Amino acid sequence: MELFNNLVLGFTTAGAPWNLFFCFVGVILGTLIGVLPGIGATATIAMLLPITFQLEPVSSLIMLAGIYYGAQYGGSTTAILINMPGESSSAVTAIDGYQMARKGRAGAALAIAAIGSFFAGTVSTILVAVFAPPLTAVALKFGSAEYFSLMIVGLVSSIALAHGSVVKALGMVVLGLLLGLVGTDIYTGTPRFNLGILELSDGLNFVAVAVGVFGIAEILRNLENEHDRDVMIKKVTNLWPTKQDWKEMTAPILRGTAIGSALGILPGGGAILASFASYTVEKRMSKTPQEFGKGAVAGVAGPESANNAGAQTSFIPMLTLGIPANPVMALMIGAMIIQGIVPGPNVATEQPALFWGIIASMWIGNLMLILLNLPLIGLWVKLLTIPYYMLFPAIIAFCSIGVYSVNSNVFDLYAVAFFGLIGYVLAKLRCEPAPLLLGFVLGPLLEEHLRRAMIMSRGDATTFVTRPISLTLLLLAAAVLVVVLLPSIRKKRDEVFVED
Amino acid sequence: MKSLSFSSRDIVCGLLFILVGLFFAMQAYGLELGTAFRMGPGYFPFVLAGILILLGIIVIIQGTQIEHEPMGPIAWRGMLFILPAPIFFGLTVRGLGFVPSLFLTALIAAFASTKMRPGMALLLVGGLTIFSVVVFSYALGLPFRRFGPWLGQ
Repeated sequence: MELFNNLVLGFTTAGAPWNLFFCFVGVILGTLIGVLPGIGATATIAMLLPITFQLEPVSSLIMLAGIYYGAQYGGSTTAILINMPGESSSAVTAIDGYQMARKGRAGAALAIAAIGSFFAGTVSTILVAVFAPPLTAVALKFGSAEYFSLMIVGLVSSIALAHGSVVKALGMVVLGLLLGLVGTDIYTGTPRFNLGILELSDGLNFVAVAVGVFGIAEILRNLENEHDRDVMIKKVTNLWPTKQDWKEMTAPILRGTAIGSALGILPGGGAILASFASYTVEKRMSKTPQEFGKGAVAGVAGPESANNAGAQTSFIPMLTLGIPANPVMALMIGAMIIQGIVPGPNVATEQPALFWGIIASMWIGNLMLILLNLPLIGLWVKLLTIPYYMLFPAIIAFCSIGVYSVNSNVFDLYAVAFFGLIGYVLAKLRCEPAPLLLGFVLGPLLEEHLRRAMIMSRGDATTFVTRPISLTLLLLAAAVLVVVLLPSIRKKRDEVFVED
Repeated sequence: MKSLSFSSRDIVCGLLFILVGLFFAMQAYGLELGTAFRMGPGYFPFVLAGILILLGIIVIIQGTQIEHEPMGPIAWRGMLFILPAPIFFGLTVRGLGFVPSLFLTALIAAFASTKMRPGMALLLVGGLTIFSVVVFSYALGLPFRRFGPWLGQ
């Protein structure tokens, strides 16, 4: 009954009034930014990261996690009401959700999304609780070769999830890895790539890079052509799904939860992939595939469950291995490091209250979301209409404050402007920022483990394929790469990504 | 018609990859490369830079195969006002102090939008500054000087 004891510990930690409060703040903030145009979870967490230093580690991570899944939730609200996915993982929801809204069934669509998300959240919280400890045990056996191969899987998956050209996404990963190496070589202390700038000798500040390529570049893109959002649904009524809806949504929610939980574990950002995969599956299994795109209940229920399940289980690689599955997880790892916690397999044994507290808070957060957001839907609809030009000065101000307060270093603010420009140029060239950021975080780790593995094997590169776990991981990476490069799947992938 | 058609987007992207790759390759070559057994500080970046150059070449080749497509509008006004804003904050936060520096930073940024009216901007930025001072400085206790030495404080 160790699982039971662990969960009790988790719920007592997460249920403490102070932590409940931060969980609440997190999910509200998350929903808010999911609903507001032009600001995503990554930029928000990057902005708020420094503020969390003042809090206890558990409270700060609970709040950051709340922002993350709250944003998924808010993102689906905008997808349904105005056909504009607030987060990329709710892009699929917009297809059928918006059609339902146009037919006057916005309330039902929102409720179906909420119920699906909550169910998926509950199941995947249990999955995280069940699978995290054995995975931690496996992770403790990991040597440098395994870590290296695991990171390769993560980087390759992030390529699979990027829009557009695979070659460009690969380029972004490599560029990110190189930027991650700027600073000082850890083995010899040799300064490198710092252009003689003293502030660069500790490397580029991760928060500055993240705020630049996600926050600032995103604002520039939104300013290209400003237009007001049309909200045709002024009032949402009839929240409760009909009997027919319940019948139609049950199976898709179950399947979506399964797909999402499985794909979320993959490093690289499972939530987006999961929602697309679920939509495809539902369309294929449906007796009425022609209904898809015209407001099919299954087209909302499946993907919404899948992306929420994926968002939750993407905590597994972060909590057990210290490997980020997506940029948000990378920021959470950053938060842990600054709090003095080394992410990795030791967290579960050394900080059980933190580890289980985060897991339990996910379920509590999901419960808060469903209890608060359906009644509050009127408020969110009002917020949808805030014009963008009133928002971005605040985003710039909070970004500046946030980045500056990390190290009280003004150089980081110049880096924000620089990476904002870089991010915008790359966006114009159709290069995705997510693989770049993942590469940036993993760069130093990847090099460290590569070098250590090579020293351990006395320069024998076959060490990566003779060790079974490492070989399995590399084969997995190769399989993912082959799959994205296959012409038929590429076509499908392009079609899917055209939707958003 | 099989005329010379290429995507300028891809050509620029490929060239960018190659240039950045060359920069890192040259820098890395100046460091100790070492051997595969005992890698020096330049080994891994040198390999990565080589891969980036190769990817740049592939992007350019692919770019010559597809139709040209327009770049779309470029946010010149946005760049003009948004990018200097954090830099301005960096330059003045210590001298002017948190309150005036933040006010001016947000004010600069506000004019990135063509829809912003001066009165509106002052109102918005004023409210934003008050909010930020209350939340960040008083409630969260971030160690900022509210008014700096340049103002004779």
